Amino acid sequence: MVKALTKSFKKSLWVYHCNSGSCNGCDIEIIAALCPRYDVERFGIKLVGTPRHADVLLITGPVTRQLVEKVKRVYAQMPDPKAVICVGNCGNTGDVFYESYNLVGPIDQVIPVDVYVIGCPPRPENIINGVAKAWVKLETLEAKR
Amino acid sequence: MSTLTKTTYQIPIGPIHPALKEPVMFEFEIDGEQIVNVDVRLGHVHRAIEWAGTRRNPIQVLYLAERICGICSYCHPMAFALAVERIAGIEVPDRAQYLRVIHAELERICSHILWAGVAAHEIGFDSVLFLTWEMRERALDLTEYLTGNRVTKGITMIGGIRRDITPDMHPQIHEKLQYFKDNFEKIRHIYLDDKTFKMRTKGCGVLTKEEAVKLNAVGPTARASGVKIDVRRDQSFFAYGDLDFDYITPDVLTGEVNGDVYDRIIVRLLEVKQSLELIEQSLKQMPEGPIVAEPKIAKLLAMLKKADGEAIGRMEAPRGEVFHYVKMNGSECPYFWKVRAPTYSNILPWIPMLKGEQIADIPIVAASTDPCMSCTNRVTFIEKNNSYTLDREELHRRSVEKTRRLCP
Repeated sequence: MVKALTKSFKKSLWVYHCNSGSCNGCDIEIIAALCPRYDVERFGIKLVGTPRHADVLLITGPVTRQLVEKVKRVYAQMPDPKAVICVGNCGNTGDVFYESYNLVGPIDQVIPVDVYVIGCPPRPENIINGVAKAWVKLETLEAKR
Repeated sequence: MSTLTKTTYQIPIGPIHPALKEPVMFEFEIDGEQIVNVDVRLGHVHRAIEWAGTRRNPIQVLYLAERICGICSYCHPMAFALAVERIAGIEVPDRAQYLRVIHAELERICSHILWAGVAAHEIGFDSVLFLTWEMRERALDLTEYLTGNRVTKGITMIGGIRRDITPDMHPQIHEKLQYFKDNFEKIRHIYLDDKTFKMRTKGCGVLTKEEAVKLNAVGPTARASGVKIDVRRDQSFFAYGDLDFDYITPDVLTGEVNGDVYDRIIVRLLEVKQSLELIEQSLKQMPEGPIVAEPKIAKLLAMLKKADGEAIGRMEAPRGEVFHYVKMNGSECPYFWKVRAPTYSNILPWIPMLKGEQIADIPIVAASTDPCMSCTNRVTFIEKNNSYTLDREELHRRSVEKTRRLCP
């Protein structure tokens, strides 16, 4: 999938956040991770406004029927190389909504997921850990080439 | 000369959009820079929660209700618990009533500070976003200290609450509250005296008192237009009847009511201060005693299994009145459960607020009602991949059918 990681990729990850029907819990924890207490911007991790600028897709929520096409489109719009991080239990397994008639997810049935972050909602530390893992994964992919 | 004909054009925004953290879709009809008409499309976050609730026992539903919305993760299960307690005739101990007030007010502080940050972000004042979220972390620390979690608290129990506040916890709580008191003046100065805030929010997104009443606005949105409604005062629940507080409308501070975004900032700021006072009052007045009516879960479930009847649970969430209707018919699961979140009432006021405003004002006006889409979403009917509209007769027929189904 990866030809070569660009220089900018090694120094800083740009993240796009997409909500596929989550309860806001994970979303506010993602913003909390960007804010002064955890401040991931000092590592170069930055939230961007469009998937076309992003290296990593942070996706929350169990993918409702209305949003499945939109999630696929967001994923398709991201340039390669890219990584997907699924944040929160409902994206991983369905969690409390598992039996709902309106869900297409878990997310890994819609788009390929690289890192699973568990918790309902996960703590900001855990989200940062997930992003760091995505980094390691992309770097090892490159090293193997 | 068709090129000179003045026409309006459409701008679709959403459902996935960088300015909106949640999926919602707007269709704006624009004439130059001015908004002529707005249409809102909901339904992207529909997760069939009410449906799933009728397949689980009431204690399991508490955790489902908590996940209706991550920001109102206390008031939804609490409103559900209020309704179920009313059906089963469970008497909540006095101490639990005060503890419930403390957690409700703590959630209000978290939510309003979060909102203040989002509002600053929407007008491009990101340094204030970081400042307020730094403050919010302190409120989350206190939440974590009291409940063990940051966002979804898991503190609600039917007939009481799950964790007590012991006297040795008081010093740390007071220390955290003191931090907010010390910093309140700083935040007030930024939001109410700053030139940028004044320029962007004064006279913007006006909702008159008449329209607020007509369109059923609730919570801070209605109070900022001068409508005195607050479930905490109108219908006493928990221990609010014993506490000293009043409606907060913007004329408390400025002496006049304009109903613009600036007034909504005033109301929320003063409510943070009010919440701090309410927590302190509750800590002081809290009597000794048990914190839950029936500590044995199996016994409680057996009691709820026998419950038969219907009830409404209302409480004042940070965004306004949250309303849960529950019907139980003596079986393990609730027979019917209906949730009406405050944002549902606060969506229609967007239309008068946004009409006549500029495109650039959309984010701050929409954010000024503190919308929460996860609370609000409903089903859209789709048949053979074509959505169809329901006319009045059809809706009425369905409504009558539903009433008959509920009351056979």
